[in-house]
Amino acid sequence: MSALALPANDNPDWDSGTAELGHVLKPGQLDLSHKVILYLEDITVSFDGFRALNKLSLTIDSGELRCIIGPNGAGKTTMMDVITGKTRPDEGTIFFGQTIDLTRLSEPEIAHIGIGRKFQKPTIFENHTVFENLELAMKTDKRVWRSLFAVLDSAASDRIAETLGLIRLSAHAARPAGLLSHGEKQWLEIGMLLMQEPKLLLLDEPVAGMTDEESERTGELFLSLAGRHSLVVVEHDMAFVRQLGGKVSVLHEGSVLAEGRLEEVQADPRVIEVYLGR
Amino acid sequence: MHPSLPRQPFIVRLACAFGVRGWQMAGLFLAFALIAVPVMHLVVPPESPLHLSTYFITLTGKILCYAIVAVAMDLIWGYGGILSLGHGLFFALGGYAFGMYLMRQIGRDGSYQSDLPDFMVFLDWPELPWFWLGSDSILWVALLVLVVPALIAFIFGYFAFRSRIKGVYFSIITQALTYASMLLFFRNETGFGGNNGFTDFKRILGFSITAPETRVVLFALSALALVATLLLARYLVTSRFGRVLTAIRDAEARVMFIGYDPLWYKLFVWTLSALLCALAGALYVPQVGIINPSEMSVANSIEIAIWVAVGGRGTLIGPVLGAFLVNLAKSWFTVSFPEYWLFFLGTLFIVATLYLPQGVIGLYARLRAGRQRPPGNPTVGAASGAQPS
Repeated sequence: MSALALPANDNPDWDSGTAELGHVLKPGQLDLSHKVILYLEDITVSFDGFRALNKLSLTIDSGELRCIIGPNGAGKTTMMDVITGKTRPDEGTIFFGQTIDLTRLSEPEIAHIGIGRKFQKPTIFENHTVFENLELAMKTDKRVWRSLFAVLDSAASDRIAETLGLIRLSAHAARPAGLLSHGEKQWLEIGMLLMQEPKLLLLDEPVAGMTDEESERTGELFLSLAGRHSLVVVEHDMAFVRQLGGKVSVLHEGSVLAEGRLEEVQADPRVIEVYLGR
Repeated sequence: MHPSLPRQPFIVRLACAFGVRGWQMAGLFLAFALIAVPVMHLVVPPESPLHLSTYFITLTGKILCYAIVAVAMDLIWGYGGILSLGHGLFFALGGYAFGMYLMRQIGRDGSYQSDLPDFMVFLDWPELPWFWLGSDSILWVALLVLVVPALIAFIFGYFAFRSRIKGVYFSIITQALTYASMLLFFRNETGFGGNNGFTDFKRILGFSITAPETRVVLFALSALALVATLLLARYLVTSRFGRVLTAIRDAEARVMFIGYDPLWYKLFVWTLSALLCALAGALYVPQVGIINPSEMSVANSIEIAIWVAVGGRGTLIGPVLGAFLVNLAKSWFTVSFPEYWLFFLGTLFIVATLYLPQGVIGLYARLRAGRQRPPGNPTVGAASGAQPS
């Protein structure tokens, strides 16, 4: 059965001709044959009768950089919780690629198949050094037995050093992460995300608490990642959303209100209504 | 795995867990426990001031076992952030398992001159119950000591951690577990001697259990077991496993979202911790000569947590110190002011929690840091590029 498996499909630009002919996948392998990496269909989540998500439908293309905006309580964070397995939807389906049903996987399993998440509040291991934070996040066999006997090889050290350079924390490698500034913590968490080598990155307010210069650098980093990775960015900072370019989805009361380029959605009377109040 | 880097055999990596200073300290300790103590007890005449009394050997041997329990507790509490208030159960189960062997070694020297242990004769049991089969073999019993408590811990832990029971809820459930077990062991029908438990041991491997030589050997074994426990614990906490474990303690959600399943990490350290407690219990029983259900009382388990808190959790030598300090204080207190011991213990716990969050080890580190560095100048130079190995 493994003989039938296709060669590893890391190329998001799948030759669309193949899909018509049908193809065989290894279980758990991401199938991007329709160029879509994430499907959310009619997702509903209720907390004590309050509908945090209300028949939310959203698709993210492979390699896309999508921004999600919306007023407080629109369901942005709940949407991330649902994708990463933290919250189970009451109704609806979520597919990663064509074949992987995310509603049936646990959080670590979802992380393992290639979805990385940055929390709204920077969540790093404060008592570990910056280096160790990246080491723990690194893509590797994360079962107990492997961790017991793991040795950091030179390839892994190089990768960590490279990421440290990218997030400009090389000078802080040996410091406990808890001593970093807020912006540096945000960067460290982004660095941890990169160490996981995810195919889809979910970023919840990644530039909150950053200076303008830091947030611009973050934007450049995201733009360089798009294409190879797919990114979903939840953000309130409109300057940052403008910098990223891409398509914007506006969430309101648990479903998508408008979708399009930033200028388009900003001109949409319904969006103005939601943001400015009635 | 990676051909560029020759992997050292595990035993070498394990040995490297102690640094040079660690091995120096371990060497000194073992030289004392394995050479000095036997000589001072067996060879030096009792009149000499250098003679070590039987009281010293039994008390210290007992505390060495407690120290193993403290280290085991620290692994799950200090490093894993899981407070168990039922660890006395695993200690007692190890003790009971080994006690079965000691009961069988009494042979026909009991009060009823029967092949069966006295309490079974007293209950009119015609033969050994099935779970006593094989208990005359020390190898089988050693296996029971290691497997039964670990298995119980594994099953209990699996359901508790899978249901994501955490914090104070977990502590309360462990407390209930040990309390329920105590009630079970109090019953005569359970087959472990009811509220009297096991006592009046005569022999171990055919040697008299009260002979000075036997005591010295048990003492030495306890010392060796403590050093081995510390070495294993040191290896664990400095491995990637240890880093994941402390990460789970500090930010479990983050650990899950980077792809580690906390269930198996918690379960591993929880089961290992129970196994170490059982080993300590098995070494403890022949030294103190008795095991009964009171070892499973809730207070006993809480005391274990106090040793660790007083010594300093999240360090490995701290719990050992804590076990010694609290138990030496206990043996002095319970002789001088027996009625005040529990008050003292409670006060100690409150003081340690409020003023010594890192225990005596933390106090020592703070005093040293205060002397070396003027205050208000924290962690200068910590940012220099040295990477952890």
